[in-house]
Amino acid sequence: MIDTSFIGYVTEPFSVTVEKGRVRDFSLATGQSDRIYFDHEAAQAAGYRSVLAPPTYLFSLDLDREDSFYFITLLKIDIARVLHGEQAFTYGAPICAGDTISLVTEVTDIYAKKGGAMEFVHLKTSATNQLGEDAGSMTRTVIVRHPQ
Amino acid sequence: MTIPSYAEIKVGDQLPPLTTKEITRTTLALFAGASGDHNPIHIDIDFAKRAGMPDVFAHGMLNMAYLGRLLTGWVPQSALRAFTTRFVAITQVHAVITCTGTVVEKRDGNLVALEIEAADQHGEVKLAGTALVELP
Repeated sequence: MIDTSFIGYVTEPFSVTVEKGRVRDFSLATGQSDRIYFDHEAAQAAGYRSVLAPPTYLFSLDLDREDSFYFITLLKIDIARVLHGEQAFTYGAPICAGDTISLVTEVTDIYAKKGGAMEFVHLKTSATNQLGEDAGSMTRTVIVRHPQ
Repeated sequence: MTIPSYAEIKVGDQLPPLTTKEITRTTLALFAGASGDHNPIHIDIDFAKRAGMPDVFAHGMLNMAYLGRLLTGWVPQSALRAFTTRFVAITQVHAVITCTGTVVEKRDGNLVALEIEAADQHGEVKLAGTALVELP
């Protein structure tokens, strides 16, 4: 069982630079076609500082750590048993290439269902950009399977 | 892009659907690298089998990115206020995903609530969610 005393645990702020090449790769890998996701000039013409990060890119920024599955390490979860249950985003200032985003993640809940056959972890990550603006947030539910 | 106006939107309106290219093993490899999600369950069949799965399967966030394209194909990304999904079923390699959306509510403040869905070529729902957009 996951140690529920981690409920309320808050990570140190993680600072990450939004790399233009990575945003382009992500846009290519997900089939984007709008030039604002690839090209600096096209993004600027549309009113953005630079190449725009797509709506789910915050999730990738949070993975951009030396230990991308930091919460799995923290909570001592077996990654082979992990499923992604739910994912939600709210939006603030747009995230663009060249931005420096500070991320803070809180473990907001840990609980079991089906007599412990499945455990659920809720995480909330808040993003702030280099101008101190709210750059949105995301919440995710991670499911840990324990086949009986 | 012609941005739909709040006034002209009606509950029940459908978003233009989006159908993706077939998800191949290459798709998963490229998405793993680009997204930073290197979980081997999506890219290493040996690891997937040891974990009790018949094969690797697609990242949930790949499908969520497709749903994101559904939304930003309809309104500019700056109109997005919230975007949520449940990962209902595992998406197998070779799936062809179709994303659909329906206006379910108009709210004060020019906000429009949507129900969105991603299903494979057999009609099996993979992701089901909601989005909130603010229209001019």
